[in-house]
Amino acid sequence: MMMKQLDILLVEDNESDAELVMHALKKNKINNNIIHVLDGAEALDYVFAKGNYAANTDRVHTLKVILLDIKMPKVGGLEVLSKLKADNRTKTIPIVMLTSSSEDQDVEKSYMLGANSYIVKPVDYGDFTDAIEQLEKYWLLRNRTIIT
Amino acid sequence: MKGTSIQQKLMRVILITCAITLLLTSSAYFGYQYFNLKQTYLKQVANTGKIIAFNSTAALAFDNANDAEEILSSLKVDEHIVGAALYNQDGKLFAKYPENISVTDLPVKPQGDGYGVQNSNFEGFQPVMEGNKQLGTLYIRTDRKAIHELFAFYTLASIVILIFSLVVAYFISRILQQSISKPILALAEVSKSISVDKDYSVRAIRYTNDETGALTDAFNQMLSQIEHQNRDIISFNQQLEEKISERTEELERANKELEAFSYSVSHDLRSPLRALNAYSQMFEEDYAELLDAKAMKLLGNIQRNAKRMGRLIDDLLEFSKLGRKELVKTNIGMNQLVTEVMKEVSDGKQNTSVITVEDLPDCLADRGLIYQVWVNLISNAIKYSSKKENPVIHIGSKINDNQVVYFIKDNGAGFNMDYAKMLFKVFQRLHSPKEFEGTGIGLAIIARIIAKHGGNVWAEGEVDKGATFFFTISNSR
Repeated sequence: MMMKQLDILLVEDNESDAELVMHALKKNKINNNIIHVLDGAEALDYVFAKGNYAANTDRVHTLKVILLDIKMPKVGGLEVLSKLKADNRTKTIPIVMLTSSSEDQDVEKSYMLGANSYIVKPVDYGDFTDAIEQLEKYWLLRNRTIIT
Repeated sequence: MKGTSIQQKLMRVILITCAITLLLTSSAYFGYQYFNLKQTYLKQVANTGKIIAFNSTAALAFDNANDAEEILSSLKVDEHIVGAALYNQDGKLFAKYPENISVTDLPVKPQGDGYGVQNSNFEGFQPVMEGNKQLGTLYIRTDRKAIHELFAFYTLASIVILIFSLVVAYFISRILQQSISKPILALAEVSKSISVDKDYSVRAIRYTNDETGALTDAFNQMLSQIEHQNRDIISFNQQLEEKISERTEELERANKELEAFSYSVSHDLRSPLRALNAYSQMFEEDYAELLDAKAMKLLGNIQRNAKRMGRLIDDLLEFSKLGRKELVKTNIGMNQLVTEVMKEVSDGKQNTSVITVEDLPDCLADRGLIYQVWVNLISNAIKYSSKKENPVIHIGSKINDNQVVYFIKDNGAGFNMDYAKMLFKVFQRLHSPKEFEGTGIGLAIIARIIAKHGGNVWAEGEVDKGATFFFTISNSR
């Protein structure tokens, strides 16, 4: 496999949602590289190069954005968020909460923990695709991140 | 006297009684003593007179004035004898005592025999006899200094005795009054401690079998009654509190379950719905050329229903969130709020309704929630009047029973008054989604918001003539 710049880490336990997100991301035809992990534990392993991802030591800082679901088995999204934002190596990576929950307490907790954005997945497919396209354009093209 | 203690009062009574008794006793004693002394003294003067008279017989018989004066001068042994005189047979002054006494100080001539009180002196005349023959008369006078001295002594003694007696009486009364005051004081002490500590388990000690004893018994009985009743009240209160906390716990549990339920609804029900919606749309996009018109219509139905289901879930969640929301009351300028709402509701939509708004009074309420109320009411009015040729909506207020009633009136589809109560229930609709879109939650949300504000909401309507919705917001702050 070629070493290619990684842009997006998608953390999503629901296969359908993950597929829809990736389907929508492809619509913009922006050349990017997406990694999808199924839960918070795997996400942390990936970012900190542990467990199954122990070999990927050079990938951490190349992330342009992390799309993080909240309700997931094993390690939930809020815990992943707090661990990433507490670690000096990862706290500058933009994290977008991408979730079904519009609960005030989830929104508040996310921002308290340092989330950079909070997006509720629309039920309507058209709205959903719009949202993902906007998100991709903004965080991959418009937004500037620290690239070392 | 009112502020003094019962002890002091008792002591006073005893001491005053004692003092009066002593004074009366000593006055009686004084009177008796005075009378007695007078008699004794007169007798003594008479005896002295008799002796001098007997001694003077020779001097008078021999007409020897010098001897007579010498005999009289022997009277100086008694310092209280202040004057004496001898008169001869003819009643002429013969000798006098003391030598320097003025003649005018003495009686000119002897008067009747006998002794008595004259000019606050004791004086008397004593015949000088030899055998049966009277040779002359002796006059003798004493002052009453002796009696006065004695009385001064008596008075002093009385005062000392009075003081001594009162002191003794004071100490005795101090001990004796306790038998009366002690049980009363004990009672007073107990009642005072009860009123301070509110401890009804204490009891007053019964010291005597008299009226105070009965009083103590009655007092104690009253205390045990109060204690008993208090115990009942406390245990009743405890039971109530236990019940309340039990109920509160149940409610909290139910509330938590409800929250957990709505949380999982918001998460877990949406995802499959989204997938349903998305896949059917992707299916439509990717395989459109393979599908005939009927298949496309069926696919459209799937999508529409999935969308509707999504909206139902959103509305239901909004409705359940309302239950947990705390009101933040501020003063709301109603006209400004309604203007804002009208702007939002008509934003980007075709709206042919003519909306008129009266001057509305301000109110104290949660701005966000009342905003929601107007959004639902105004969009309902627009929606249900949209099929009329000239839809007219009027927003106004009136005063009913001292309360401001806001209302919104339209000339739209209206409703049958038989169903007026059902309108505000969740998912209750009087029209099919085909006629008028909607989930049947808007009015339920309004009812919940108004109920939270302690107000009322109701509706009047007639089929095809329009509807009017009224609401009040409680005056209390």
